[in-house]
Amino acid sequence: MIKEFRLPDLGEGLTESEILSWKVAVGDTVALNQVIAEVETAKAVVELPSPFAGVITALHEQPGTVVEVGKPIVSFEVEGDDGGPSTGGPAPAGTGKREPNLVGYGAVVESSGRPARRARAFAAPVAEPVETTAPAAPVVEPVETRATAAPVVEPVETRATAERPRSTPPVRKLAKDLGVELMAVTGTGAGGLITRDDVRNFVGGGDLPAAARALAGAGEGTRTAGERETRTPIKGVRKLTAAAMVSSAFTAPHATEFLTVDVTPTMELLARLKASRAFEGFKLTPLTLVAKALLIALRRQPSLNSRWDEASQEIVQFNYVNLGIAAATPRGLTVPNIKDADRLSLTELSTALTALTETARAGKTSPAELSGGTISITNIGVFGIDAGTPILNPGEAAILAMGAVRKMPWEYKDEVALRQVMTLSLSFDHRLVDGEQGSRFLADIGAILADPGMVLAMV
Amino acid sequence: MFTDELGQGGNAAGGPDNSAGHHSGTGESLVQLITPGGERVSHPQYDAWVREVTDEQLGSLYEDMVVIRRIDTEATALQRQGELGLWPPLLGQEASQVGSARALRDDDFVFSSYRENGVAYCRGVDLADILKVWRGNASSGWDPYTVNMATPQIIIGAQTLHATGYAMGIQNDGADSVAVTYFGDGATSEGDVNEAMVFAASFQSPVIFFCQNNHWAISEPVRLQSHIRIADRAAGFGIPSVQVDGNDVLAVMAATREAIERARHGGGPTFIEAVTYRMGPHTTADDPTRYRDANELEDWAAKDPIARVKGLLERKGLLTEQLEAQVAAKADAVARELRAGCINMPDPQPLDIFKHVYSTPNSWLDRQEDHYSRYLASFGDPAGANSEEGAR
Repeated sequence: MIKEFRLPDLGEGLTESEILSWKVAVGDTVALNQVIAEVETAKAVVELPSPFAGVITALHEQPGTVVEVGKPIVSFEVEGDDGGPSTGGPAPAGTGKREPNLVGYGAVVESSGRPARRARAFAAPVAEPVETTAPAAPVVEPVETRATAAPVVEPVETRATAERPRSTPPVRKLAKDLGVELMAVTGTGAGGLITRDDVRNFVGGGDLPAAARALAGAGEGTRTAGERETRTPIKGVRKLTAAAMVSSAFTAPHATEFLTVDVTPTMELLARLKASRAFEGFKLTPLTLVAKALLIALRRQPSLNSRWDEASQEIVQFNYVNLGIAAATPRGLTVPNIKDADRLSLTELSTALTALTETARAGKTSPAELSGGTISITNIGVFGIDAGTPILNPGEAAILAMGAVRKMPWEYKDEVALRQVMTLSLSFDHRLVDGEQGSRFLADIGAILADPGMVLAMV
Repeated sequence: MFTDELGQGGNAAGGPDNSAGHHSGTGESLVQLITPGGERVSHPQYDAWVREVTDEQLGSLYEDMVVIRRIDTEATALQRQGELGLWPPLLGQEASQVGSARALRDDDFVFSSYRENGVAYCRGVDLADILKVWRGNASSGWDPYTVNMATPQIIIGAQTLHATGYAMGIQNDGADSVAVTYFGDGATSEGDVNEAMVFAASFQSPVIFFCQNNHWAISEPVRLQSHIRIADRAAGFGIPSVQVDGNDVLAVMAATREAIERARHGGGPTFIEAVTYRMGPHTTADDPTRYRDANELEDWAAKDPIARVKGLLERKGLLTEQLEAQVAAKADAVARELRAGCINMPDPQPLDIFKHVYSTPNSWLDRQEDHYSRYLASFGDPAGANSEEGAR
């Protein structure tokens, strides 16, 4: 038999959640409690365990979709009654009945077209006016009064009985954000309830009377706000990134230094290493060598590997290096880190970097990999950029941005030659690091990249 | 499961000196009998309290811990599947709950918070009854007198007052049972808990304040709540206290038994701080990665209470395939029973609300019930049997 799984209220009183990814495909056989999807609510990203043992017959929603609580998201072919509720299972969709397996007030199927208030068996004259006036909200008349008069008191007088059409708080918020007057919107939900789609359709133009549309836009010339700007709710990784950047930028006084280096010897070394048997199968990039140079330079300037602990009024000096690498992922910027990077050989570092970027790109970075970083590198060179002011990863004392490697005319042995040149940008927390240490650190990295043999003098 | 003869041990003859106020706990170190690696270490004071724990009993403690962890994960899954509205996971606190609950006698009475579902299991609460409240099917889950455990208190710390009051009642009865109350580190900052401790100390009532310091009061770390060890707060009330490794089932049991003996013999209250860790979220509606360092989680994963007992059983050569199979089978069976009990739980009927207020007839309530049933009937649906409006 086919069983449907409807999106439950995963928090306390949530009305919707976003499907981030499916962990299963149609045709897959799944066990009870096997993780089938990853879902992001307003409160957390959670994994959905399968409520049945069976075969997936349909996935009703695409990843990235925001789904209302109570909507079917996946269907199963279940053998007999095994592994599932025998009687309390979900009823087929569209019956408009409350699902016995769903709890919480978000569970009522909003779009079933069934009014929340049932008609009583005997004549109920009291309820009548509410039912009739609500959907037929007077659209035209208030429009005219509003369009002309500044002090808007008239609508109350013209139609004293006009009640604000029914809608939910999130929808009212949406309407407010989009500048939509709900009085002008016709609800298509149960009992004339205005849904998100109604508001969005209204803004998008739809087939509403021009007078009604006039209410929607605040401006005169162009009212199709939906076409000229896109509003995306601030949430998820973007929200976290923003909070981290703001807190970092406004708590740690940043100082940034730049150094442009002739890295031709490093690029030659890179080519030699790639060709050597010892590095066969390893993915060596300029980033690998810059990371190694940073780790070597860090030993001489440990203050760049520290943390300002405001709460306990202490400076934490790390005796290990968890090297963060800023990564652009489908969900936004993340800075996973390589634990104890200072103890890794070049091949180990290369393996760790490859694994880290692949995991980040797949969006599978674990919270453990994201926390506990002590210093970071951001590779802006991959975007063809030379230099910038990187913002510290919160809790860290320094971040190095490596620019693009460019062939440029450069002084070489007292002559101008075409050399491979890179600009390094180092931001550090000036509370922890003085200009001297920061400069020496950057100079050391530059010295290694300009002449890798300098390592012999440093370690 | 259930309270067993394990709770009878450590009587005055065999136990160490337990006169009231024998030690205040101040400055003493964390009591530990099993290391995180599963090694049994001796303790001059607390060894005696678990000396007669047999190999078989050790195995059954292990089984209970595995089973309650399974209850916890199954209930968490049920919440994600829409079968429960909310669930407060106890992951990581198994030793604190099993070690203390199994030290109790049937006639002792438990007043717990909402996370003590492992204690409820040990007391013999029906599995489906544990879930009733979380499914929104009832205002409370079970008859407290059938298992001598009150239903979970949601108000933080309020149950400590109930326990102290109950313990004063025990004194009036001249009985030798005890009351045990469970609460968290955050609750020790609540007025209720402080008042309860004042009364318990003043009346020298047979109550045990069992604090599971799981390090997080939702998102508030314990170090912000108390600048001293939580156990040391008890000294201010004149209540003897002990700080015990809450991930060590034997240490928890030893400390609880000591406290129980003190209470049974007129020695008054004891405060136990079981130092443990909430490995999961505060509830299924919480996301701890927003406020908690993942490294901290890793540190505590290395001190896992179940792995520790398993390690000890292994060292003693008791971790047989038979035992493991038996424990796994028990956990599976409990999980199945829990799921079936949850999913097949009948919905409450609209008029049920009138049944649980007074034990004797009440004319005022009868009148309301009459009005409400007639209101429901007006929908052409006799007695509102299928009414959705009143169903939840």
